[in-house]
This record gives sequence, C-alpha cells and structure tokens, in this order.
Amino acid sequence: MTRALRRRLAAFLHRHAGVRLSLLLSAPMLWLGVAYLGALAALFLSALWSTDTFTGDLVKEVTWANFQELLTAEVYRTITLRSVGVAAAVTLIDLVIAFPMAFAMAKLASPRAQRWLVIAVLTPLWASYLVKAYAWRVLLSSDGVLGWGYGLTATVITLSYLWLPYMILPIYAGLERLPNSLLEAAGDLGARGWRTFRTVVWPLAFPAVIAGSIFTFSLSLGDYITVKIVGGRSQLIGNVVYDNIGAAGNLPFAAAVATVPVVIMLVYLAAVRRTGALENL
Amino acid sequence: MRSTPRLPLSAAALCALALAAAACGSGSEPAGTAAAPGRSGFTPPKIEALKSLGASEGQVNLVHWAGYAEDGSNDPKVDWVTPFEQATGCQVNSKTAGTSDEMVNLMKTGEYDAVSASGDASLRLIAGGDVAPVNTALIPNYADVFAGLKDKPWNSVDGVSYGVPHGRGANLLMWRTDAVKPAPDSWSVVFDPASPYKGKITAYDSPIYIADAAVYLMATKPDLGIKNPYALDDRQFQAAVDLLKQQRQLVGEYWSDYTKEVQAFKSGDSVAGTTWQVIANVAKADGAPVEVTLPKEGSTGWSDTWMVAAKAENPNCAYKWLDWIISPKANAQVAEYFGEAPSNSGSCELTADPKHCETFHATDEDYFSKVWYWTTPIAQCLDGRTDVTCKDYAEWTRAWTEIKG
Repeated sequence: MTRALRRRLAAFLHRHAGVRLSLLLSAPMLWLGVAYLGALAALFLSALWSTDTFTGDLVKEVTWANFQELLTAEVYRTITLRSVGVAAAVTLIDLVIAFPMAFAMAKLASPRAQRWLVIAVLTPLWASYLVKAYAWRVLLSSDGVLGWGYGLTATVITLSYLWLPYMILPIYAGLERLPNSLLEAAGDLGARGWRTFRTVVWPLAFPAVIAGSIFTFSLSLGDYITVKIVGGRSQLIGNVVYDNIGAAGNLPFAAAVATVPVVIMLVYLAAVRRTGALENL
Repeated sequence: MRSTPRLPLSAAALCALALAAAACGSGSEPAGTAAAPGRSGFTPPKIEALKSLGASEGQVNLVHWAGYAEDGSNDPKVDWVTPFEQATGCQVNSKTAGTSDEMVNLMKTGEYDAVSASGDASLRLIAGGDVAPVNTALIPNYADVFAGLKDKPWNSVDGVSYGVPHGRGANLLMWRTDAVKPAPDSWSVVFDPASPYKGKITAYDSPIYIADAAVYLMATKPDLGIKNPYALDDRQFQAAVDLLKQQRQLVGEYWSDYTKEVQAFKSGDSVAGTTWQVIANVAKADGAPVEVTLPKEGSTGWSDTWMVAAKAENPNCAYKWLDWIISPKANAQVAEYFGEAPSNSGSCELTADPKHCETFHATDEDYFSKVWYWTTPIAQCLDGRTDVTCKDYAEWTRAWTEIKG
C-alpha cells in the first residue's frame, strides 16, 4: 500500500467514527454472535428434533418430547439436583480454602514471595487434567494413601482440588486492589479482625468471590470425566449428555439435557446480578 | 483400548429395513449367529470389488480400534506396521476411533481406505455404500482364516464378502482369587442380591451391558422366553432392568476405560465383575491375583472385520494391509497384543505365548457358540418375533441412565 493511500485511509477513518467503531467491534461481535450465541441457538434447536429409532437418522421436525421426558422422568431430576449439589459443595469448599490463601498472598506476603505464590498456584494448571484426576483415584483407592474409596465425596474432593486455582486467582486479584489504608483505618477506629473482615474486606472482595464462584460452579456443573474416574457408581448431568451422544447417537436428547446446565447458569447469573456484584467486577 | 461402547445401528437393523423381515434370524438359531440378518435382508448399493491388484500407491489411510495398528511407538517390541511398510512400500497413516459411531462417521468422510469394523458398524457401512465388497482372491492369506469366521452375517451379504475377519473375543467374568472363594463359574456372583462381595462388584458402563443381564436371565429365568439378549420385549426388558437396578446396590463402580478396571482390581476396590481378556492379562502382569472364566450362562462378545472403503484412494495398499493383518505372523501379534482370538489358523503356532490360542479359544467353536457378539438392539425383534416390538437402543440408553440413578 502506498503512503498516500494509507494516509487517505487514516483520514477517512478519523472522520468517520462509526466505521471505525464497527471495524473494531466486528471481530468480537462475530465471535459472540456466531460462534457463541449461534452455537447455543443450534443446541436449543436440535433439542427440538428427534431421532428415528429405526434408522438412527435425525428427524428435523419440532417436537417437545425430549423436554417432556426430561421434566417427567424422575431420574433426570435426581441427577440435576445431585449435579447442582456437587457444584455448590465444590464452590463452597474452594471458597473456604481460597479466601485465606488469597488474603495471605495479597496482604501478608512480601512482593517477592507474592510472585512465587502466584506461580505456585498456577503450577497445577500445567499438568493434565486427566493425570490429576487419576492421581486422586490412586490416592483414594482402598489401598491408597487416603483410602477413602470412591463416590460422590471423592468427586467433590477431586473437583475442589482441580478448580481451586480458578477461585484463588480472582479473589487474590480483588484483594490486591483493596487499599491497605482501609484495613489500617478500620484498625484505628477500633475494629478487631472479625469486624474488619465483615464490614470492610468481605464487601469489597465480594465481586471477586462471585467471579471465582462462577468459574468453580460452572466447571463443576459441566464435568463428566472426574466423576467417571473417582465417582464410583454415581453420574452427573454431563454423563447423561455423553452417554446419549457417544453410545446412543441421540443428539437431540443430549442437546435437551445440555440445556439444563445452561438454564441453571442463567438462573445463577441472574441471582448474582441482583446482588449487584457483577457491576463491581 | 476400547474405552467406549460401540453400538450404533447394526446388522439386524438393516435386515429389518427390508420388507422380508420375517426372514431375519429365527428364534432357534444358536447363540452368536442369531443376531444375523436374513440372507437377503437388504440389498446393498451395487459397488464393484477390485478385480486385480495394481501398483502400490505408497500409502494407506486406516481407521481402527486402538491396538490394531501398532508401529512400535507405544511399545518398541510391539510393531507389525513397520515390517508392512518395508515389505510393501505402503506408508501407514492410522487413525484410532473410540466408538463404532466414530468409525462410521470417519468412513463417511471418504478420506480413509480401510476400517476395522465391529459387528455393530459393519452392516451400516455396507448398506450406506461406504465400503466395497472385497475380492478375497486377491488376499492370499484369506484361505487360512478359520472357516467359522468366513461368510458371516456381519461380514458378508448374500455370499458376497465385504471384508476379512480380524479376530474375536468374549466379555469374561474376572475375580480376585484371594477374595472370591470358591472360584465362581456363574454370573450369579455379580447379580445375586445376597452376593457376599457387595460394594466390590464392577460392571461395564454402557447400555449394552443390559444384554449381559439378559444372558443371565436366559439361563436363570427361562419362563421369560429370551431367545436373543439383543431382542427384548417390554416384559423381558423390564426384567433385565430390574435385575440391574438390584445389581446397582452391589456395584462399587462402573468401568468403561480399561486402566481404571486394572487399577481397581489391583487395589482390591473391585473383586469381581465383567472384563476383557486383555484387561485380565495386564492386571496379572501388574501382580493382581485375578482369574477369568466364561461363565456357564454364556456371555457377550465381539467379532471385528477389516473392510475397504468404496471410494478408497489407495485400494492396492488397502488390500495389501488386509492381507498383512490376517497373515499368520501379524495376526498372531495383534491378537496377542489386544487379547483376542486370531482369525488366521496359522497364527496359533506363531504367538509368543504358545498357549495363546488355547487361552483365547481360537479354535473352540463350542466356546464361541456361547458368545453373543455385540449387536445393536432395534425395535424390530432380532430373534424373528413379529407379534411384539422390542426395545431399541435409545430406550436401552435411557434405561441405563435410570439404572445408574
């Protein structure tokens, strides 16, 4: 491109703010619109189809049968509740472990130690998910170091371990932004530790906690591998989706099941929004 | 290894497609062949088999089960691909598939020349026009394949061969010898509600496992009248599902990938349950005190076939591969590595373990007459009944979700 042409183009963009903006936004909007919302729409649409039980082909006629089955069969309710329970437990456990850790990292450690601690938190993410899950399988097996056996508890423990960094990092980032002077001021005004935490630290760190919980909650809700490895005989929503795609080739029903975690996350995000935490992120 | 179930549409599905459904299998056929489609159950698209071999194309693209095309990268001692490449000048590009569905989809892309299809994929591929008949005259080693494997409903249609038999195996009962006494000879050890091994039983995590319960019911509840474990009407299906729901109380965990089962038997978390021979071998090699048996009720199993794509770009190399994989030496190697019975009668003398064929009952048709090869259930009863509808695989899948709760 010649210099003159480049200059003319620059001048044109300078004068036309609208064109400039649309050029800048087109890539992210395309991603959001096509790749993300488009995929969700396709998911919902295919959930309204069915498969021909005779040939296994897709029947592209709208039917609510999949959702009807999902809502009426008791087993899916049980599995949904179990999955939400596991996700909530994992989130809670991660919060209890992550908060003190993030606080120590952000407020007590020296700047040098802080860097090393962040690296230490990130290190487990470098190892494969499967390796970590299998490591827990060995730990939990009846002749293993822990020997607690498999089941839902084992699943919650393993998932808590896997997603812990996703809880620590947002809280750490949130607490780091919290000025030390606020803590000192609280102390000067006579607040003890617990009161300072309740009235200063927690409200200011709350959006970060929410951010972390969105990670741990949604990651746990969609997981189906950990529960296969350490879950014993239990199954979660993800397993139902997987079984219907992989084994039965029943894509429409799998899509219908997959809308359940989407709906749960939408409800969760709406609830979070009411608390106002999203505005402060 | 086969970590996932592989059961889409199958054999009998297509047989039922034809109007002459009544001609499909009859209730009195022996196990293992009862899932057969009728001789003229359906008409495959007209595709010509290769007439003569030409010059080698220099490469071949394979879709196969894990462990079927080893080039030494997993274990330097396990390699039958490199000698093939040296002997024929055909470079092997291999693609592992985890399920029969995946295999069918990969073959539909038209990018592959040959596939190792199981009984629940082979007829889908034939009916879909994805694979061509195989001119066995161009495959010298075909002559030595066990007669009991040739011209079977899952590899031939109307006497036209669509592939060469790779090998077969049965799903077995494995137990820990130190925990389970006396040695079991029946599936009752995993199904009986009074089993003393409660909490340490393991079962295969796939809807097709319902067929294992049906096999057990065939022997223990003859009044249900089950003739084929893949053809279950409402009452028979309910009985199998109830049995599995009851079994769930005994189960410690369901397995679908084989490292998981090996580890569970090693640690003693599982002491009895369904398995493949290869898993038992690995567990034994790792020092776990386990034994396997084909229980007296019989069992489920698999039988695989190498097929050539209808639009193969490298048909000559594909034929050479088919000939190679059923050659006595290579077939012995793959059968031994995967843990199944070889298809070439000459393989038995060439296995590293001289007793391999004995262990896997390669020549024992009596043994395999008790094995029901995996087939996908469809609404049209596979045992030939026309007065009832059977439960199809989608319903098996839903029931499996319900069984696991």
